[in-house]
Amino acid sequence: MLSTTAMRRAAIAAACSFAATASFAQETPVKGGRLDLVVQPEPTSLMIGITTNGPSLLVGGSIYEGLLRYDENLEPMPSLAKSWEISEDGLTYTFHLQEGVTFSDGEPFTSKDVVFTMKDFLMETKSKWRAIMEPVADVTATDDYTVVVTMKEPFGPFIRSLSYNVAPMVPAHIYEGTEFATNPANDKPIGTGPYVLAEWKRGSYIELDANPTYWREGLPYLDDVVYHVVPDAASRATAFETRVVSVLPGGSVENFDIPRLAAEEGVCTTEKGWEYNAPLSWMWINNRTAPMDNKKFRQAIMYAMNREMMLKVLWNGYGKVATGPITSTIPFYDAVEPTYEYNPDKAKELLKEIGYDGKALRLLPLPYGETWQRWAEVVKQNLKAVGIPVEIESTDVAGWNQKTSQWDYDLAFTYLYENGDPAIGVARNYITSQIALGNPFNNVEGYSNPKVDELFAKAATAPSDEERQAAYTEVQKILQEDVPVAWLTELSFPTLYDCSVQGLVSTANGIGNSLGETWIKK
Amino acid sequence: MLRFILGRMVKIALILLAITILNFCLIHMAPGDPALVMAGEAGDADPKFIEDLRAQFGLDKPFIVQLWTYVSHFATGDLGFSYRQQMPVSELILDRLPATLLLSISAFVISLVLGVVAGVIAAARQGKASDSIISTIALLFYATPLFWMALMAVLLFSVQLGWMPAFGYETAASDFTGLTRILDIAHHLILPAVVLGLFFMATYVRITRASMLEVNRLDFVKTARAKGLKPSVIQRRHVLRNAILPVVTLAGLHAGQLVGGAVLIETVFAWPGIGRLMFEALQSRDYNVLLGVFTVSAALVLMFNLITDFTYRIVDPRIRLK
Repeated sequence: MLSTTAMRRAAIAAACSFAATASFAQETPVKGGRLDLVVQPEPTSLMIGITTNGPSLLVGGSIYEGLLRYDENLEPMPSLAKSWEISEDGLTYTFHLQEGVTFSDGEPFTSKDVVFTMKDFLMETKSKWRAIMEPVADVTATDDYTVVVTMKEPFGPFIRSLSYNVAPMVPAHIYEGTEFATNPANDKPIGTGPYVLAEWKRGSYIELDANPTYWREGLPYLDDVVYHVVPDAASRATAFETRVVSVLPGGSVENFDIPRLAAEEGVCTTEKGWEYNAPLSWMWINNRTAPMDNKKFRQAIMYAMNREMMLKVLWNGYGKVATGPITSTIPFYDAVEPTYEYNPDKAKELLKEIGYDGKALRLLPLPYGETWQRWAEVVKQNLKAVGIPVEIESTDVAGWNQKTSQWDYDLAFTYLYENGDPAIGVARNYITSQIALGNPFNNVEGYSNPKVDELFAKAATAPSDEERQAAYTEVQKILQEDVPVAWLTELSFPTLYDCSVQGLVSTANGIGNSLGETWIKK
Repeated sequence: MLRFILGRMVKIALILLAITILNFCLIHMAPGDPALVMAGEAGDADPKFIEDLRAQFGLDKPFIVQLWTYVSHFATGDLGFSYRQQMPVSELILDRLPATLLLSISAFVISLVLGVVAGVIAAARQGKASDSIISTIALLFYATPLFWMALMAVLLFSVQLGWMPAFGYETAASDFTGLTRILDIAHHLILPAVVLGLFFMATYVRITRASMLEVNRLDFVKTARAKGLKPSVIQRRHVLRNAILPVVTLAGLHAGQLVGGAVLIETVFAWPGIGRLMFEALQSRDYNVLLGVFTVSAALVLMFNLITDFTYRIVDPRIRLK
């Protein structure tokens, strides 16, 4: 069953090929010009095989490429792999690589680089990749342009784990036998992407030039791309108003500024490009202590929150109220019950039923700017209205990481990316094996349910999509009943750009994976 | 003189060492862990990732070992390596220092010159309308929050009038060289330097005015007047020179804060300086960068104190260096 679906996907992908991008650009692309955009905060490194924070990926995604790209429905598209096959039993993946691809230093890109990246480099540098490789038995090169991945057991999410942000292909001839973290090439990234690093003035800007030997014919259209480092949100808005920059990637300005900027003449907006990451926000509820250890108390929190209002007022309607653990744009999402509408009376009833004593809760906002601070205040008001007193404990990023990793909170805001598949981005937040003191990620709330563990394990390795769906549907029902965390919003970070910029977002990974096809209308 | 300088240099070195050790202890006492911040930025982490980071930067070693390692490297002039930026701290600081010094010194000169001139005028016209106007304007600039003044200046001069660049140190990715580049940087410098300069100007106006008025009442000024000297000569040669000592003291203190004092302006104007480097390092608990910036800042304070002492000697020959 998996093989049929997978083969169909491969066939669709092959049919779409790169011509797919033409649908994004209605007119004939014009070559030349420079694109100015904002990157915030400043990346710490552009070597995205090692550094995977958002800003590094935004810039580094134009320098490095993965084997595959994904369209807005998360269907794989060719990138460094021109085609692929998955065996009937789901245990063998065969990737056929593009020929004639070179790294920016002139060396050819071959299957040797793929094997090295998958088996050595990323295993050392990326925790996420180590998890993806757990069901993988081996990665081998059968010739210069063919790579075979054999699995210990079927693992459906694997095909959605080969994008630039998860598995960027790095040059074996540069890194093999070296200390990866300190290799000088980290400062002068060498990839196969459409752009190469021209200049990085730390604290000011990063300039990328078109890669003259880029393997996709006629691309990139732009001569160069300049990412401006502007630390203040209001200054970023000004930079866009004065058109020093013509693109504000999602999350660059405070939400309350978006409607004003979007209303200006010649300004376009898009919410596309976040389908792969699918950011979902929630509040961790510390399940370890009373009264949060009681499921009914957690349900009361859900009923007490007016999440529609939060979305409308704080996020200007961008995004969607979350129903449960899986974002609605991610495969295997199911609109199951129970869901929690705003019902303060029901919340009060539940609190009375469990004999809640009015103990105050400590709420940790996310220190990412005004919107998050205000969000915490709205939650405080909502909970106070049903009789739950809340004290907001503000802290900076380092303090937030410290408190959450030490489980020193009652309620804590967070948001996480779901990374294209529930097995990769969702399970980690609810399974028992991901409870780890000292780690600010994953199952920080301390929820543990053997049935949930079993269902997530089953869903990851089920041989067919139907079986995966059945397991995910069941797990969603259980989690939505148990409310291990308080789901808030499927976040949307609109990108604002000058309407002369064309083809800005052509993959589910947004600007970070699309600038090769971007052009400017004269 | 030589003995004085050598003595002061030894003192400066010892103070710097003490400051560094104190800063090291204070920073490590603050809640937060650089490895966790980096893990947070990565968006995902397993225990191995966090342990590897701690081991890579020596954060897994006992505090006293970390302190000894830092101090022994510091003694040889090595300020360490930035965890987050993967670069030597000295390189990071040297990269950012010129921009900060350019902005701060420009603002310093603007505030000092405008402040002293306005203070002299206000004192000479004590009680008149011009005195009130100068004092009011100076206080207005001082009382207005710096970031707000900066934003308003950007809105007016960049967005509305389009006279000045909205942010940055120079036009990004331009091919300007030589004089064109200097003029480009100067164009970018005007707005942040003037805003910062006007903010600090008030203190110089107040000190200069008060000091001038005090000196004006002294006997030697009366003598000068009795001798029939022109009022402008009396003010410039006799009063100002005697009234300037408190201004020099203030300027010395102010100059010492040049490195870290422009964080807000550097942020609003996206000026790639030390202030921003320090702020970002603080947020990410990049200990070595923070310590490096604090050390450079402390060294500058001590150096400017020394310069202030010499300036006293020049301004007032009665003061002897001991």
